[in-house]
Amino acid sequence: MSNALVPVDKGTAVKAAGTNVANDFVTMTVADQLFGIPVLTVQDVLGAQRITRVPLAPPEVAGALNLRGRIVTACDVRRRLGLPKRDAGTQGMNVVVDHKGELYALMVDSVGEVLSLSADTYERNPNTLDPRWRDVSGGIYRLKGKLLVLLEVNRLLAFKRGPGSEAA
Amino acid sequence: MDDLLRDFLTETNENLGVLDTEIVRLEQNPNDPGLVGSIFRIMHTIKGTCGFLGLPRLERVAHAGENLLDKIREGILMPNAQAVTLIFEALDRIKSILSVLEQTEAEPEGDDSDLIQRLNDYASGKTDPTATAPKASEAAPAAAPAAPAAPVVAAEPEPDEHGFVPVPAAKTAAMADSLAASRPTETPATPPASVPVPVAAAAVPVAAAAAKAPKAAEPRGDVAESAVAASSIRVNVDVLENLMTMVSELVLTRNQLLQILRSQKDSEFSVPLQRLNHVTSELQEGVMKTRMQPIGNAWSKLPRLIRDLSHELGKKIDLVMHGQETELDRQVLELIKDPLTHLVRNCADHGLERPEERRAAGKPETGRVNLNAFHEGGHIIIEISDDGRGLNIEKIKQKGIQNGVVSEAEAASLSDQQVAQFIFKAGFSTAAVVTSVSGRGVGMDVVRTNIEKIGGTVELRFQRGKGTAFVIKIPLTLAIVSALVVECSGERFAIPQISVLELVRAQAGSETTIERVNDSPFLRLRDRLLPLVSLHDLLRLGDERGVEPDQSFIVVTQVGTYTFGIMVDRVFDTEEIVVKPVAPILRDISMFSGNTILGDGSVIMILDPNGIAAASGEAAAMGEQAAAAATDDETSARDAERIALLVFRAGGQAPKAVPLSLIARLEEADAASIEFSDGKPVLQYRGKLMPLVTIDPTYPVRNEGRQSILVFADRNRNMGLLVDEIVDIVEERLQVEMNNVRPGMVGSAIISGKATDVIDTAHYLSLAFGDWFGKAEAPFGQAQQRRLLLVDDSPFFRNLLQPILSVAGYDVTTAETATGALAMCEAGREFDVVVSDIEMPGMSGFEFAEALRRTERFRDTPILALSSHTHPRDIERARDVGFTDFIPKLDREGLLASLNELGAASRVAAQ
Repeated sequence: MSNALVPVDKGTAVKAAGTNVANDFVTMTVADQLFGIPVLTVQDVLGAQRITRVPLAPPEVAGALNLRGRIVTACDVRRRLGLPKRDAGTQGMNVVVDHKGELYALMVDSVGEVLSLSADTYERNPNTLDPRWRDVSGGIYRLKGKLLVLLEVNRLLAFKRGPGSEAA
Repeated sequence: MDDLLRDFLTETNENLGVLDTEIVRLEQNPNDPGLVGSIFRIMHTIKGTCGFLGLPRLERVAHAGENLLDKIREGILMPNAQAVTLIFEALDRIKSILSVLEQTEAEPEGDDSDLIQRLNDYASGKTDPTATAPKASEAAPAAAPAAPAAPVVAAEPEPDEHGFVPVPAAKTAAMADSLAASRPTETPATPPASVPVPVAAAAVPVAAAAAKAPKAAEPRGDVAESAVAASSIRVNVDVLENLMTMVSELVLTRNQLLQILRSQKDSEFSVPLQRLNHVTSELQEGVMKTRMQPIGNAWSKLPRLIRDLSHELGKKIDLVMHGQETELDRQVLELIKDPLTHLVRNCADHGLERPEERRAAGKPETGRVNLNAFHEGGHIIIEISDDGRGLNIEKIKQKGIQNGVVSEAEAASLSDQQVAQFIFKAGFSTAAVVTSVSGRGVGMDVVRTNIEKIGGTVELRFQRGKGTAFVIKIPLTLAIVSALVVECSGERFAIPQISVLELVRAQAGSETTIERVNDSPFLRLRDRLLPLVSLHDLLRLGDERGVEPDQSFIVVTQVGTYTFGIMVDRVFDTEEIVVKPVAPILRDISMFSGNTILGDGSVIMILDPNGIAAASGEAAAMGEQAAAAATDDETSARDAERIALLVFRAGGQAPKAVPLSLIARLEEADAASIEFSDGKPVLQYRGKLMPLVTIDPTYPVRNEGRQSILVFADRNRNMGLLVDEIVDIVEERLQVEMNNVRPGMVGSAIISGKATDVIDTAHYLSLAFGDWFGKAEAPFGQAQQRRLLLVDDSPFFRNLLQPILSVAGYDVTTAETATGALAMCEAGREFDVVVSDIEMPGMSGFEFAEALRRTERFRDTPILALSSHTHPRDIERARDVGFTDFIPKLDREGLLASLNELGAASRVAAQ
């Protein structure tokens, strides 16, 4: 298996990862936990970006950013998962995904390699998983030495409107 | 040429093109009912439009053709070659008439009775061997679709048929010369199939057909290729939208480049960039132009509408239109079509009087509805006016009071202009009778919403007896707007320039000082008090403040007739921005109309002045509730809900109190002027007799000295309560402590540290007017304190119901908006039962109930709907969204009974 280093163009990532694209995942870490999303859903990987805050938005929405003339809504994955804020001074990265024709940037701590994962290592969500995580997790892959949580992008972006969000 | 006619020609030529192919297909598949249906519909459309435009010759031919097609559709006739030939013959006749029409704008003289006769004969089953046989035989051997076409042209009875053929072609050529060469046009020499534009596609089958029948090829091809059709092309709207998006991007990039250039002096790029700038601007303009359509397009149906209306209503109406050629963005055009139609209809129906009334008023019998459109500085102004009776302010006022839009006390203080605004409220109609035309009270609110949605405004002017005028002001285009960039607490926002009237710098100690009334900021601006909203507070931008509020810049903004100031920290430049919709998950934030990318590449949110205006109207109330909710302390929340009470003395030493908002006025009259009618005291008051009631039957009516009177008002009725003296006006939380059996008393409460009787206004109102509330009944008590949330936007009902509910044993909390109520619930306040109005501005009762049901804690809490609309549909909807019960608004007993029942049920459940 070959590892393409990020930031990658989607095309090369697919080529490098070999034959079975459906099982290729872009990996990323949030608070030392490894996550993965299918490589085909990823449009772009960006470094830290200038983000415009959107007042009154749900707390999970970090703001909006400009990706080559398109406006991308940034979603703070830590916030979504109920994790504490990232330490000041460390820069995060953005994984841009397409969801129903709109672009969203998932703000994570770092983005890793593209992995091809075999279905044998897949497990369904264990019942003991925090409901908040179970909500967005599509299952777990057993990797050597660590576990990878499969993120369901559409559920990740379907957050309920929090209290600070109603338009006064 | 008349636009209507031009459209008709383009459309009919297209339709004929479709017909040509479809009929051929029909001959091949005679049993396809869908095909017959679609052919019939097209022919029917042609017939209908001809009739509308007053083209009798075309209409007759099309009618005969339709007749025949109808028979085929019903299966009475088979679409064999003979039938198809006849239909084609009719089509060709239509085409030839059309081509003359195109040149002369009039139908040519001519006689079609022969053709019509044959069509009708065939349709009715009679075949005329002499006329049709040769064609049939000619057509028979050729099964090819085009075959029938050949004899058609040959059989064309008009000798001059070919005579005019070259003319449209010449015209086309002339058009081609006059037009910019870039437009694809059709010349007679070019075969139609080579035209690479969609409109030609319709003509292609004709050409193909013609190729198979060489005899007929040339004339048919020419007749089909209408010059009008060829000089304009139909482009899919998506293509244009896409083009627009690309140009928008280009504009943004150019802005970005220009910004870079500004920071660099003597750059070698400056000249080419200037050129790029110009080209981009021109391109932008050009692309915008392709989206532009004359407003006349939106008006085209109005003459017919007015004609029908004048018949239906028995009025004589002239429709006068000016400025049809004024162009505006097609997106905008689509959006204002319906509102315009509605306004014109309203003018004709409500505005104009009947001929006899007009005569009596000394006006000409024929009323006029004027439509006028023109450009004015980046806006289109559309005026719709009539010379009718104007608005009946009294009637609107009454209706407003009746609908609970306003209390009589408030209504009395409103200006005519303010009262007139009521007609834009939902469910408002002053028409005494609901006609099929209007009077259902739906519409004006929709009109306003639709127009405001596109950043427009509606203004209403009227003069009693002279007429009414609606002035609509809308932006030329929605895609690219000029916006003012402002900063607040470190964040930048764009405000559409269209809504901005002026900028004012506030400065403490100067003429422009921000003043405060109960923490609400105001600015004196040219002898007017301008309400201010703080963007910082509205958007909850956190603790960080850019500048002191007193040093703010104020963006004076207008939405409709409402002018207010938005307080911001800094004001930057104006910039052309491209409005992009916000992501779906942010779409319900009403403060933003979109977002965009600025020249420096950063994303910026575009503020929606409509949303801000709507929020600022409620800002005071919301702020109070939000503050209360934030402390998370129930008692403090209670304190926030103090009620202004009027304390007075009447009969006895104990002070009495009544909610101030129930009182319309305080009057003092000479006791001698009190008269008696039917043994009851009355007072001449504002030209009417106002019944007077006493606090109890033993209270003596004085006949000398000054008499203080509390005037209560509801709808158009007044009632006076005689009192000894007015003691004070206090703000207290109304906590009725005990039940009092005496009629007329709600109970006692501690007010200003004294036991005070709270009077039951309803009792006195019903004394004065037996039917005021139906039967008044002493409320019954309940030992257990249950917490009740009452949501009603009308202060009158809140104040009426609160004492009644308090005395029935409920701990009542009120909210004047559903949003406020929801905020309280979400902030953790507990309620055992919720009573909510349905019609409320902003969030309706239905939405409120739905939202509440989504909250875990309130899933099983009884929610009662209170509404003056008791249509079964409403009741059903109320059930659907989760209301437990539905009670007519004035049914006090019903409400209490229902509450009692629910209480009993929950107690049983609790045991």
